[in-house]
Amino acid sequence: MFAEWCIELKLKIRALLMRRQLDRDLEDELEFHLAMREARNRASGLAASEARDSALRKFGNAALLKERCREMWMLMSLETIWRDLRYAARTFLKTPGFSLVVVLVMAFGIGANTVLFTVVHAVLLRPLPFAHPDRLVSFWERNVVGDNDRNVVSGGVFEYWRKEAKSFEQMAVLGEDGANLSGGAGQFPEYIGTRLCTSQFFPMLGVQPMLGRLFSTDDDRPQANATAILTYGLWKRRFAADPTIVGKTILLDSKPYTVIGVLPAYFIYPEARTELWLPVYNEIPPQQMQSLGNHRFYVWARLKPGVTVRQAYAELDAIQRRMRHDHPNYFVGNGANVIPLQNDLVRNVRSSLYILLGTVGCVLLIACLNVASLFVARTASRQREIAIRASLGAGRSRILAEQLVGSLLLTGAGGAFGILLAFGGLRWILSAREDLPGGPSIHIDATVLLFALAITALSGIFAGFFPAFSVTRESLLSGLQETSRFVAGGPGRAYLRKVLLAAEVALTVILLTGGGLLLKSFAKLQSVSMGCATDNVLTLSLSLPDSRYSTPEQKTAFFSQLLEQVRATPGVTSAGFVNVLPGEGHYVDNTFTIPGHPPLPPGQSLDAVLRDADPDYFRAMGIRLIRGRFFTERERLDQAKVVILSESMAKKYFPNEDPIGKYLTPDLFDHPPLEIVGIVDDVRSWVNRPPEPTMYIPLYRGLFEYGSLVVRSSKDVTALALPIQRLIARMDPNLAVIDVLTMDQIIGKSTADAKFSATLVLLFAALALILAAVGLYGVLSYLVAQRTNEIGIRIALGAQRPAVMHLMLSDGMRPAAVGLFLGVMGGVFSARLIRSELFGVQPLDAFVFAAVVLLVIAVAAAACLFPAWRASRLDPLLALRCE
Amino acid sequence: MRYSPKILMVLRDHKPEPGDLLRDTLDMLILKTLTRGSLHGYAIAEYIQDTTQDVLRVEEGALYPALHRLELRGLLASEWGTSENNRRAKYYRLTSAGRRQLAEETAHWTRMSAAIARILEPA
Repeated sequence: MFAEWCIELKLKIRALLMRRQLDRDLEDELEFHLAMREARNRASGLAASEARDSALRKFGNAALLKERCREMWMLMSLETIWRDLRYAARTFLKTPGFSLVVVLVMAFGIGANTVLFTVVHAVLLRPLPFAHPDRLVSFWERNVVGDNDRNVVSGGVFEYWRKEAKSFEQMAVLGEDGANLSGGAGQFPEYIGTRLCTSQFFPMLGVQPMLGRLFSTDDDRPQANATAILTYGLWKRRFAADPTIVGKTILLDSKPYTVIGVLPAYFIYPEARTELWLPVYNEIPPQQMQSLGNHRFYVWARLKPGVTVRQAYAELDAIQRRMRHDHPNYFVGNGANVIPLQNDLVRNVRSSLYILLGTVGCVLLIACLNVASLFVARTASRQREIAIRASLGAGRSRILAEQLVGSLLLTGAGGAFGILLAFGGLRWILSAREDLPGGPSIHIDATVLLFALAITALSGIFAGFFPAFSVTRESLLSGLQETSRFVAGGPGRAYLRKVLLAAEVALTVILLTGGGLLLKSFAKLQSVSMGCATDNVLTLSLSLPDSRYSTPEQKTAFFSQLLEQVRATPGVTSAGFVNVLPGEGHYVDNTFTIPGHPPLPPGQSLDAVLRDADPDYFRAMGIRLIRGRFFTERERLDQAKVVILSESMAKKYFPNEDPIGKYLTPDLFDHPPLEIVGIVDDVRSWVNRPPEPTMYIPLYRGLFEYGSLVVRSSKDVTALALPIQRLIARMDPNLAVIDVLTMDQIIGKSTADAKFSATLVLLFAALALILAAVGLYGVLSYLVAQRTNEIGIRIALGAQRPAVMHLMLSDGMRPAAVGLFLGVMGGVFSARLIRSELFGVQPLDAFVFAAVVLLVIAVAAAACLFPAWRASRLDPLLALRCE
Repeated sequence: MRYSPKILMVLRDHKPEPGDLLRDTLDMLILKTLTRGSLHGYAIAEYIQDTTQDVLRVEEGALYPALHRLELRGLLASEWGTSENNRRAKYYRLTSAGRRQLAEETAHWTRMSAAIARILEPA
């Protein structure tokens, strides 16, 4: 039977593709027949015209015959489809509520999937928009500190790799930086993110400038004139898309730079924050570029054709191991790492994008199940009509086709609406996740539209197939028999709806457990103690340009004047300055030695996070002093030979002794040993990681030129932002304030990902729950309506109303219970998949699972309660008379 | 509950027409005719008419729909060739599925006609 059907479908599809051929063949076949008959007539002695006429007469209506034959070969005639469409549209318009629900549910499901697919396709699936993207890789040092396999590379190591490694064609450095872009007429100075790169960088990627030219090897030398390339975004935003920008001079950190080119709009890499590119060897002094210990660069490379990532890894790792072996005292990694560039760029967003894609996929599936269930119900209420039509000769395939056309009509409308929604949704997601590589250039393109079309069609077929499936021969016949009053209707169909519902509940439970785990994880992140004050703390970041603040004296003078004036501002209760705020990240570390401790074996070094702070920073930030003292105002410049340790640093490096009064010598700076004068509480560099051992040196040593001002107040501290910005502008009109943020906002930034995932997954889970509840309510209402007679008889025969209610309730709760069980199984599985995204929560968190189970039971019971209650209230007389 | 095949036939994909029984018989005759090798539609009609000595006449209006129906069911295959008078003609031949179907229908027919014969010719 099935094989026969396949042959038929194959032949019909071929006929569809070669419609003209089919027509001609039919024509020829019948014409041949006529000709043969004519020849025979002539042979039997008829005249030529008589022979033809007789043949034609005998043939009958040739046009009708052709038509009948052709119809056989049609998959479905346009006329039939049109009739089905009209019929479906009419019936849907008669039930606008039902239709609207289906369209909206589908629009939401399809819209959400389209948005997520757009992002996943652009970020994870589509190759990077560079030449031969499969050969682009990113190089890292391994184990410079601890067991980190992705450590930034020092200029010296990069040079060494470039000389030694053979498996790559080109290799380029890129460094992260920032600069104050001085204002033109009427513009504020502005701090922008910059990237430093070698001249090979853009040619390696195959990027062509939109305007002007790219860096030449001449630009990328210490002696060269300073040059800069603008990104398209900066060019448009800050320079009003000036077509004559090339050759003009801009001021970065008060130094003149010649603009030599503008990048194309699509080049938004490595992320949107980067707005300007500078040649690295021109920007960074040679001794820093040659340093082996100054780890600050990213390295991208293009492999030679035919070289695999694994081979490149083996080569580079061996080179780095050899280097480490030959120079045991250098502060370099003891290995190297090679990662395909695309994987490297998306590593922060990949799992959360896949989680969201899975979530919206589930939501669409639930939407389809729900719509299928609605269709089954509608089919059920029309079963007698369908049965009558079937007995009048409508084939099963006709009824199936009609169902499909109807379902496709509604999902098609939903899909169209969903694609419109997707445009808005995409804009929202791009603004919520600014860290997406290529971010603002992500848009809905032909591939995405094709995807949207495909899922719309699939959803339509899926939703329409189930009810069509329920129209079996037996059910058609019984549809006629069910006209007798006392037969309970369509148990088979109710069964199908229950199966659909159980699946729906199961998916909902999976979404709820995932969302619950992510939410709990987010709550854990929120409640992490940073080790410092976070409430009502204002921070303003700034970076002093080298050109005017090159000596420690100049920096120190600026900082102490700044702090003095800030503290004098009305409303400020305390203020301090630090190079890197808690929660901002790791940023600076330094190796050190401890005089008096036994020397370390060769190849090993001690390393800790390095911060510089003014004497009052700790008090202002609420970081508790455990022992000893803070810095003093007198400890400045060469007199600042003191250091304060965090508690974990003291415990780690001075386990059985009192560090106060001992000495510690950081390596990078030409210091005498620093005396340890105090121990303070740990603070966290990242919200989601344990505190790192940290050493603090005095701000007034004049080492760093950048950092953040911390301001506290007894009133709302954000009101102080403007007076302090004015104050800074008075001190140095060309100095940009980089960010004005409260500590809560800084912490919010680092928990934003967690919040994003948790919010979205929970939102979708809630939607799923509502759909499932509606579904349960619908099925049970339907069952009650179907069994009105039976219930009436039961009540008339003396059944107690609570018993009736119990009967109906258990009928509705059974699919919910099955779904719940399957869902918990699925939840256990999916929780393991999202483990990497969880913080402080076990994948099998008992609280989350228990809460989800209780919630689903409660919602299911609530959804079933009303129909069950209505059943128990039935008036037996009315019930028996109905129909 | 089971239903007789006659009722199920109503629900089959094709429209019920008067003389359904005859139509099935025509299908069988076409299949049988084609055991002789591949033939075009005209030759099939001629063969049936000649062999039954004009008792059974095959109307074109029935023959071609039947041929196409059998082809779509995979019981026949077709190809275009040149006829004895050098014209382009569509030749039908039996597929293995068609052979099986013929065997089934022949057996069925033999049983049926024997049964009918037993009633019509009382012992």
